[in-house]
Amino acid sequence: MESLSNKKKVLEQKPLSFMERMYLPAIAKGMGITISHLFKKEATVRYPEVEREFSANFRGMHSLKRDENGKERCTACGLCALSCPAEAITMIAAERKPEEKHLYREEKYAATYEINMLRCIFCGLCEEACPKEAIYLDGPIVPADYLRKDFIYGKDKLVEAPLEMKK
Amino acid sequence: MDTGFIIEKFILVAVIFGISLVIAMYSTYAERKVAAYLQDRLGPDRAGPFGILQPLADGVKMFMKEEIIPTTSNKWLFIVGPGLALLCACIGTAVIPWGSPMVIGDKVIPLQVSDINVGVLYIFGVVSLGVYGVMIGGWASNNKYSLLSAIRAASQNISYEIAMGLSIIALLLMTNTLSLKTIVEQQHGWHWNVLYQPLGFLIFMVCSFAETNRAPFDLPECETELIGGYHTEYSSMKLGFYLFAEYINMFVSSAVMATLYFGGYNYPGMDYMATLLGPTWAPLFGTAILFAKIFFFIFFFMWVRWTIPRFRYDQLMNLGWKGLIPLAIANIIITGVVIAIIEKF
Repeated sequence: MESLSNKKKVLEQKPLSFMERMYLPAIAKGMGITISHLFKKEATVRYPEVEREFSANFRGMHSLKRDENGKERCTACGLCALSCPAEAITMIAAERKPEEKHLYREEKYAATYEINMLRCIFCGLCEEACPKEAIYLDGPIVPADYLRKDFIYGKDKLVEAPLEMKK
Repeated sequence: MDTGFIIEKFILVAVIFGISLVIAMYSTYAERKVAAYLQDRLGPDRAGPFGILQPLADGVKMFMKEEIIPTTSNKWLFIVGPGLALLCACIGTAVIPWGSPMVIGDKVIPLQVSDINVGVLYIFGVVSLGVYGVMIGGWASNNKYSLLSAIRAASQNISYEIAMGLSIIALLLMTNTLSLKTIVEQQHGWHWNVLYQPLGFLIFMVCSFAETNRAPFDLPECETELIGGYHTEYSSMKLGFYLFAEYINMFVSSAVMATLYFGGYNYPGMDYMATLLGPTWAPLFGTAILFAKIFFFIFFFMWVRWTIPRFRYDQLMNLGWKGLIPLAIANIIITGVVIAIIEKF
């Protein structure tokens, strides 16, 4: 029967010729190939010392942004937590007091803001959901750690450094 | 038998023992580095500069690991196995001539532990004994995989020993001696045996791959079929002993190949170097040359390991019995006929 695609190839198993049965020519050829790899550049990146360059849209650790006056942008609306498919984000909102006006941009802010880095899948839906441009996944790779509780990142690790410290 | 003689031999034995252990240690490092570079990787580079302390770290790890002796094993044989493997691997170095006699002051010190007149036979005996360590370990583990692996190792060694012995007979027809020292002295300068016995060398080399259980003949430790092979049940330094024995075996068979076929400590232009360096330092230079040859062979062992896939067991037996043994016998006949013709005319 003719095959539909005409891509079928009938392979016949030929008995090995004398040269092939000697193994040696094939072995010599193979060893030539491996020795040529001795002089090729290795593909390894020595990670902690050398870091590979990431693409421009690489999604790493989250950071909570500040506005141009150094006030936290986040208003604890909860849209990021709602959009998160891995349910990694939790927060508790609080009302801004008059004397805290220089710290928070809106009248409501996040008193605690936690991301569980073991749950997070770095999809970037939180930064898409955010109406205040307060969260971006623009950080480095999340480092390894020993305990599960150490992977729950609070505001101390997430919020950007204040403006004067940045300089 | 004066005390000077005993001290001299003791120092020589200690030095050779130390060197073979250090070489075995750094062979593990070299193996990983060679494997890495042949596969476009870097290999171990964390412990010390270029990972040079990696073997020490591995050694410490081996010692610190928990020692497990299976309750169903034969305890005494289980402990003897790795010791025997390492012992048999080490004593092979005793008859290898490491250099021409060294002259210090008015003393002549032979750089060979003992020049017995049946050196080649001794090497063969020791190599054959080596399989006992594997056999005993595999059997005493009381584990099906270990036992199968031990059987494989034994039958493989027996099959390839025949071809190895036959390839040596062709060499002995030419040298007329079994003493390794005399065989090396006959290869003065560039009269290396490999030039007269290329086929014999090829057979010998293939067989020594099989004897040391190295790839492509590493069927006793074939992990896809036999888990870890004969050392499946071993842990801690007993496992370390088995791995060590493999590398020492590799070192010894490299030394034997260099001695029998590649002229040992001989090199072209050695007479000129002897007058240049004097009778004390010229032998040491020869020893360095010998070690360069040995290191090349060790590298060759590794190079082959990371190139050729493992043979199937029936292919292994086919190659040994139907390929190498007839070839070795043909080599003997050709050598004998050629020698007879040369002596006649």
